[in-house]
Amino acid sequence: MDFVLIQFLTGLSNASALFLIASGLTVIFGVTRIVNFAHGSFYMLGAYLAWTIVRAFWDWGGREPYLFVLGVLAAAVVVGLIGVAMEMTLLRRIYRAPELFQLLATFGVVLMIQDATLAIWGPEDLPLPRPPWLRAFIDIAGSRFPRYDLILAIIGPVVLALLWLLFHRTRFGILVRAATQDREMVAALGVDQKKLFSGVFFLGSALAGLGGALVLPSQSANLQMDLSIIAEAFVVVVVGGMGSVTGAFLASLLIAEVQAFGIVLLPKITLVLVFLVMAAVLMVRPYGLLGKPQAHARAASGAVEPTLRPAPNILGLAGLAALLIAASAPFWAGAYAITVLIELAVFVLFAASLHLMMGPGGVVSFGHAAYFGLGAYGAALGLRYLALPMEAGLVAAPLFAGFFGVVFGVFVVRLSGVYLAMLTLAFAQIVWAATFQWVDVTGGDNGILGVWPSAWAADKSVYLWLALALCIGGTLLLRRFVFSPFGYGLRAARDSELRAEAIGLDTARLRLAAFAIAAAAAGLAGGVYAYAKGSVFPTYISIPKSVDALLMVLLGGVQTVTGPIVGAIAYHGLFVGILQATAYWRAALGLAIVVLVLAFPQGIAGFARDRWERARGLEAA
Amino acid sequence: MRITRRGVLAASAATLAAPALVRAQGTQPIRIGEINSYTTLPAFTVPYRNGWQLRVEQINAAGGVLGRPLEVVWRDDAGRPQDAVRLAGELLDNERVDLLAGSFFSHIGLAVADFALQRKRLFVASEPLTDALVWEKGNRYTFRLRPSTYMQAAMLVEEAAKLPAKRWVTVSPNYEYGQSAVKWFKQLLSAKRPDVEFVAEQWPALGRIDAGATVQALAQARPEAIYNVTFGPDLTNFVRQGNTRGLFERRSVVSLLTGEPEYLDPLADETPEGWIVTGYPWDQINTPEHTAFRDAYRARFNDYPRLGTVVGYDTISAIAEGIRKAGTVDNEKVIDAMKGIPFTSPFGAVTFRALDHQATLGAYVGKTALKNNKGTMVDWRYADGANYLPPDDEVRRMRPQGA
Repeated sequence: MDFVLIQFLTGLSNASALFLIASGLTVIFGVTRIVNFAHGSFYMLGAYLAWTIVRAFWDWGGREPYLFVLGVLAAAVVVGLIGVAMEMTLLRRIYRAPELFQLLATFGVVLMIQDATLAIWGPEDLPLPRPPWLRAFIDIAGSRFPRYDLILAIIGPVVLALLWLLFHRTRFGILVRAATQDREMVAALGVDQKKLFSGVFFLGSALAGLGGALVLPSQSANLQMDLSIIAEAFVVVVVGGMGSVTGAFLASLLIAEVQAFGIVLLPKITLVLVFLVMAAVLMVRPYGLLGKPQAHARAASGAVEPTLRPAPNILGLAGLAALLIAASAPFWAGAYAITVLIELAVFVLFAASLHLMMGPGGVVSFGHAAYFGLGAYGAALGLRYLALPMEAGLVAAPLFAGFFGVVFGVFVVRLSGVYLAMLTLAFAQIVWAATFQWVDVTGGDNGILGVWPSAWAADKSVYLWLALALCIGGTLLLRRFVFSPFGYGLRAARDSELRAEAIGLDTARLRLAAFAIAAAAAGLAGGVYAYAKGSVFPTYISIPKSVDALLMVLLGGVQTVTGPIVGAIAYHGLFVGILQATAYWRAALGLAIVVLVLAFPQGIAGFARDRWERARGLEAA
Repeated sequence: MRITRRGVLAASAATLAAPALVRAQGTQPIRIGEINSYTTLPAFTVPYRNGWQLRVEQINAAGGVLGRPLEVVWRDDAGRPQDAVRLAGELLDNERVDLLAGSFFSHIGLAVADFALQRKRLFVASEPLTDALVWEKGNRYTFRLRPSTYMQAAMLVEEAAKLPAKRWVTVSPNYEYGQSAVKWFKQLLSAKRPDVEFVAEQWPALGRIDAGATVQALAQARPEAIYNVTFGPDLTNFVRQGNTRGLFERRSVVSLLTGEPEYLDPLADETPEGWIVTGYPWDQINTPEHTAFRDAYRARFNDYPRLGTVVGYDTISAIAEGIRKAGTVDNEKVIDAMKGIPFTSPFGAVTFRALDHQATLGAYVGKTALKNNKGTMVDWRYADGANYLPPDDEVRRMRPQGA
């Protein structure tokens, strides 16, 4: 019993830290609808700044508790200001872009902050020296419990109470709640959105900074903090119900306690536990614990999705020319260029498959890498256990991924919006953990090696042609789907579910079909990739891979059919070029993304289409 | 200007096809292609990079190898095996490097090793610890420098077996390195001490340890001794919670890699005393080889060496020695020369075993202590890697035929 009490208290203190981060994220999301990847970076900056500021205070006035508190608050304020700076200089310019586009910009910021932190604070972990009062413990039921953890456990509810007062007793808070419910209406009533958004960003970022600063005494400021927390923070937000601070509190409590007791019963469950919790909660409560369905299904930007038109002839010719250039590469380019072209072909199909869901389907997936990876593993496991040759492996890849697409899709398509996206992420993480931990079957994180092509395709040039045939062929097929009756039905279901159902379309089944087709196409891409690389690893399924796919689609332009193709080539081309050119590739790539985002708020292809249509007097719908 | 697929493709194609510089034969440098996780793990890889830089400069100042200077072309793999493999291809095909080296993470090391096998090119894996690299997945083209998980676990088992403790618990990051480290430790310790039992285990996710709960769960099992494999930020977190909650009091702790300055230094004044660790007491090793190395490093970078520095330094030493012995950069001949080749490390004499291409580089085994509010190692000795490997027959059984 004593153990249960101690473990429960430990869970409480972890819940507080988690809540601080998640509450900031949920406030920002609730009002601005921005999926802010940079939130984890703000948490990291909070820890680093607290390390610098608290130590400076201590050097000046001795290691007093009140100086620690001052330093932590100062760090939080500075991080809040950094958040405002990001909002004012970057995000404010792209609020009218398609949904989720801002995610791309915040990802660029993540990359830049990583390199900036490394440059400023150096590569080593920075622990805050703990004076005796930070090391003290209290005797609870015969066990030693850190006093600081007890303080943390209290801070969570205190911050919750303060936020409640802020949201219910101040004008700013009431506006924030109103904007969370219906942002257009708040704007229509004459509230200055710019100020509101900046204020929300200050509050949210400062909370993240506070979280980072407060965990500093129990760990160290280190460069892995940002990415290690961000996924968990999103899970808390979604489990709690987006925009709900109280929900975030309950969710952090639930997750921290499940974690504290889960590792005692099943020590190896650490990799997936939070995602299992999220999947379970979303299946029972599709809008999280305290979330509500959006009252109005208006697009966030207020703009209507433009109509998709068949490509003008010149675009078809350009595509054909590009394909011919790529296919003729073995005659004029080196072996490495061919490797890169194969990767580009694979990513074109990967991005196009995600786009089928995101664009015409209106179903965003944060876990699309699951199907890419399942395709790769389908081929590799077929080779390992059934000795399937490459030809059969390339058939198995889309089937394997498509099968899981159907299984997961059944659960996924019942949800909508970001909840749906997060459920796809949960499934992706479960698949990832399975490949990672089921060492006997999948080889664990050391992967499966020796997945090389059959003899006739072993030559790089032949494999390029094979990859082009499969991937570009697959992409064209997906394009065909978009303009088929199926595609029209899908778009109808996206634009007006009610009307679509009224004319007899089974929208859930349409979405499920799109989900399965997209999964199979991603699986094919994964299969081609596996044989190109000769090995398969759980990293193919990891979150960064899913993010890559999102970035490609958004960068190209989600509202065009050519967008994912352009996006895949632009993003992967940039990444490959910058990675080998400079050690500061993260800063360079982040900057490039930010510049592209500002230059083409509709995505590259979206921008091109706007210009094209404007030049010809076509109405942009 | 409209940006079309064609435009983007043409531009990228033009970039990719740019011809590599052609140099005059004979005086052209020997090119080593080096791939590592520089941005993912800068705390380890930056001192490592300094280490190989120092060695390259020393060798070139002394006239190079076979009269040709060494040149390292390095790439950051971003912590992803798929990118490492692509960059390995880029280094071979575009940069025309003579051989490959580097990598930190085990899965990346394995991916590049498999690529090296496919392309039949020498790969000197410097850092990855996984045993599979030279055993189950070993191949003719891959050599590995650092003492493997097995070797380091075996060094600690030797000390652990002397402890009176019978009830053990383990805490280890939840991935291949952690899993093998625990597997070998259990297996080897149980063989030496049939009376020990392992009563609990914890597997925190790498970089996301829930330290308070983990410490409490371990304490709940009432162990007499703890075997720790966590490192980096997880270790700091674990040690702080363990100190406050009294987990380490009156218990023996045996801990992998914790004596390496990369992981010991962040513990600072909270370094627990008396842990049995493998590591690198850089400030106390005063052999002529090490003193010269430490002084040279200090003079060049105004910093003290970390373990990564030694690894980077030795990687280049070994490669230079192999090429020197082969008398050529011809790939197959260098590989034949590398089998069984001796070279000098700051740690002393080391050999690349002909049997499995594992170097006999060792590690220092000792106890942690606090001096001037900093962590350090005491009562240490050098454990030569050659003494901590399984019998040859067993190695032959594990390694694929003809590798």
